[in-house]
Amino acid sequence: MSEVVAVIDYGMGNLHSAGKALEKVASGQQIVITGDPDQVRAADRVVFPGVGAIRDCIAVLRDTGLDRAILDVIAAGKPVLGICVGMQALMARSEENNGVDCLGVFGGQVTFFGELQNDTGGRLKVPHMGWNQVRQGMAHPMWAGIADNTRFYFVHSYCVTGLVDEEVAGRCDYGLTFAAAATRKNVFAVQFHPEKSADAGLTLLENFLRWQP
Amino acid sequence: MGLAKRIIPCLDVDAGRVVKGVQFVDIRDAGDPVEIAKRYNDAGADEITFLDITASHQERDTTLHIVERIASQVFIPLTVGGGVRTLEDIRNLLNAGADKVGINSAAVHNPEFVREAAERFGSQCIVVAIDAKKVSAESETNRWEIFTHGGRKPTGLDAVAWAKQMTDYGAGEILLTSMDRDGTKNGFDIALTRAIADAVPVPVIASGGVGNLQHLVDGVVQGGADAVLAASIFHFGEYSVQEAKQFMQAAGVEMRLD
Repeated sequence: MSEVVAVIDYGMGNLHSAGKALEKVASGQQIVITGDPDQVRAADRVVFPGVGAIRDCIAVLRDTGLDRAILDVIAAGKPVLGICVGMQALMARSEENNGVDCLGVFGGQVTFFGELQNDTGGRLKVPHMGWNQVRQGMAHPMWAGIADNTRFYFVHSYCVTGLVDEEVAGRCDYGLTFAAAATRKNVFAVQFHPEKSADAGLTLLENFLRWQP
Repeated sequence: MGLAKRIIPCLDVDAGRVVKGVQFVDIRDAGDPVEIAKRYNDAGADEITFLDITASHQERDTTLHIVERIASQVFIPLTVGGGVRTLEDIRNLLNAGADKVGINSAAVHNPEFVREAAERFGSQCIVVAIDAKKVSAESETNRWEIFTHGGRKPTGLDAVAWAKQMTDYGAGEILLTSMDRDGTKNGFDIALTRAIADAVPVPVIASGGVGNLQHLVDGVVQGGADAVLAASIFHFGEYSVQEAKQFMQAAGVEMRLD
């Protein structure tokens, strides 16, 4: 039987892209987009994408029981990839929407970029939108074939800080330094969108499908 | 080290076909938006914008199929604009695989639509496209007004105030087209670009008037744009996207070249 990769659908945002990009790099794995907690639990690997507001995201996860399914899959040691708001949802807490408790897989905080300035004192635009460089914080199977400082596509107004160093798999600078990638055991999470990051992003997704944590 | 400025080729699509002639050599079907999007992706484009100029409502399904096909094969951000009037239009485009949706005249007719769209789908996918034209005389302080209907119909809205209002309402990005410069190849309206870029907290895409690669540099360096959109200089093969990026990088603009 071929491996099943579940892409969690909780009714928010564009899952087409993540699903299509995974299909593009899959070699025999079956990509399933699902909002069914049991199907998520039964999958061999899980991708947890996300866009939009964190409050709505967490509320839907709790209402549907997908929050517990994600925690179960993580506890079971299966590879899990969080993307964008999916990464943020794995942190302890976000200050978006007047403060939201998240899933707490990581101890990090999700904070607003705020009024940031560039080197010459100009105002940095928020959302942080476009291709920025990721400084790899460690050697990791998810970075296989991806050069240090490769650019990935970001679009976000909130970012993850406050992780312990050994959990920061990649860093990015935009007025401040934030976690572009976080990892802990069988979980890898990225703030950028690998499904929109051309060849580098496809390589990362391919690495995820092969990853044996 | 930091965020790169973006180059965004723009395709005008009518009933599923790219119009205003894209003239790539050795392209199998120059009218197929999927072929052209793939080509631009391979050439290093940072995003692709797809302007749907289809007049008839029935043919809008064609657009959705095209967006689906592009999104299955091209893994860089895709913005789709043109005729977006309802939340359902936005949902359909996002579900088909668009990453961002451009709203233009519907915002002018009903600014609240932008607020509703941003609340529902998130600011990150709502681009407000504004078409501005200079209305001040040479001796006066610069003033630009929003026009609709391809630059024919004035609205009385001040362009800078309008851009600010749209970002207050939740627009995550502004696509700014100078109707004075569009099609002229004389370069962006730099004063307009600078005025809007300084006024809003979100990224601004400069559009209208690109005739050479220095114009792209000027839009970013002098105009303060975060991204530059161009059609004809790329479509007719005058310059490749890669040449444009190298030129900009050489001029000191940070670009994605890997």
